[in-house]
Amino acid sequence: MSDQQAFADALLAAGTSCPPGLSTWNGSDPGRRFAIYRNNAIVSLIDALADTCPVTQQLVGEEFFRAMARLFVQENPPRSPMLAFYGEGFAEFIEAFTPAAAVPYLADVARLEMLRVSACHAADATPLAPEDIARLLEDVAALPAARIGLHPSLAVLRSGHAVVSLWAAHQAADAVQALAAVDPAVAEAALVLRAGLEVEISRIPDGAAIFIMHLRQGAALGRAVERALAADPAFDLTATLGLLIRGGAITRMTIPESTTS
Amino acid sequence: MNAPAPSVPDTVGGAARTLPVRGGVGLKPEHFREILATGPDIGFFEIHAENYMVDGGPFHHYLSRIRERYPLSIHGVGLSIGGESPLDAKHLDRLAMLLARYQPESFSEHLAWASHGDVFLNDLLPVPYHAETLARVCDHVDQVQDRLRRRMLLENPATYVEFAASTMAETGFIAEVVRRTGCGLLLDVSNVYVACVNHHRDPYAYIDSLPADAVGQIHLAGFARDIDAAGDPLLIDSHGAPVAQVVWDLYRHALARVGPVPTLIERDNDIPAFAVLLAEAHQAERSMREAAAPSIVESLSCGICA
Repeated sequence: MSDQQAFADALLAAGTSCPPGLSTWNGSDPGRRFAIYRNNAIVSLIDALADTCPVTQQLVGEEFFRAMARLFVQENPPRSPMLAFYGEGFAEFIEAFTPAAAVPYLADVARLEMLRVSACHAADATPLAPEDIARLLEDVAALPAARIGLHPSLAVLRSGHAVVSLWAAHQAADAVQALAAVDPAVAEAALVLRAGLEVEISRIPDGAAIFIMHLRQGAALGRAVERALAADPAFDLTATLGLLIRGGAITRMTIPESTTS
Repeated sequence: MNAPAPSVPDTVGGAARTLPVRGGVGLKPEHFREILATGPDIGFFEIHAENYMVDGGPFHHYLSRIRERYPLSIHGVGLSIGGESPLDAKHLDRLAMLLARYQPESFSEHLAWASHGDVFLNDLLPVPYHAETLARVCDHVDQVQDRLRRRMLLENPATYVEFAASTMAETGFIAEVVRRTGCGLLLDVSNVYVACVNHHRDPYAYIDSLPADAVGQIHLAGFARDIDAAGDPLLIDSHGAPVAQVVWDLYRHALARVGPVPTLIERDNDIPAFAVLLAEAHQAERSMREAAAPSIVESLSCGICA
């Protein structure tokens, strides 16, 4: 094994092991000194997860969160020096983490917070002007074949829990009071979108979430509407397009040549 | 002036662009708006490269605007120049893109490793000092300077352990990297103090044995105090406190030896109000003026003599 492999392994190990070959000027146990490296590495990575997931941390308390995050860090150290996106797999880890089973919505709240960070750093894109979109929408016959490009920051999360309400309650001045009004068992869908420099999280109907997910995957407008209506008969196309236009989420709209005249 | 002629140009695109010989501070998102709103009188800002390797959003928005108004230093923490693994070519590409976009006056990285295989450990880990590691570090610095087409500054580390396998002093190792690669030095005076206390060495002698001509920037930061297993002092490079008086004293010694150089106040934890960091940057500038004064007097009197 290489020297750095031994060093890295000891750094991520749960115990207090120390790699071979270290020396100290006074002959003291290098383990105590090595522990500083272990602590710097592990704590900084736990901090990175805590920075990304503040509401997840508030939901279970700092002590529980950090103990859980430590286990995740040791098993899933980053594969990239760009720590803003560290935490891929953290929600799945939480889902399978038995001590957190009493908080069934925790994983989805972490998912939402990860999406929020991704949206914050996503590429910039200029929204189509509302009047341009309105003009394109006038060609009713051609609309089903239209393709809609969405802002790079946009993401949708469909949860079996009240993720948006739980997240929003933690943004309130009195989080305890706001939380008391939330029923976590109500399924909710979240729209995550950066408007200008700020990421906004809003609750959207399930049909709208399905519609947007299909657009995101490149489906034609007609196909996305069909899928949304199949899952949610109350799906409201006009309201959903209005929401996307107001949020500056539509960056491109193309209608195939053959259907335009 | 016994520094070797660097084989790598200091500048890109012709015009000489270097950081001003002034104080600077690390740019923190907490301070973005205040900096743009108040336009503080400060020499330069420094960013951690990896924080800005994102596609868009507020980080680039604010950095672009701040960079229009101030000189910029880009400081990498993820290249793992001291690593056994080959340099990550993709990461080097991302770095090249960031440098092309922001055209910083300075680029620096660490004499340390942070990645092994595909795992990133997010800490600046120590390197043994011997012929094999020297060749590897020089090779990596060469690759960085070739890819980025500029001279880089290499920062001396804060370390907590040493290696039985080391055959060279840290300063000798660094001097040899500078000689072989033509890179410059980022003299982190706080790291010198921390490492010298931790390994029971004289920090003044440490600074005296570095190639003074190669120093292109200085870092100052705060540390935390601990003890080792024998009860001897062990300092931790925390970047979470004001610069300590012992470090200011050592800084003045460094200035006397290398002359005034751009000096950064580093603060990455427990970030205070911007004004607090600005005051420390201005304190560094006062030290620079004091250090410059005797040499001006000296040159004046020499002029009179001649």
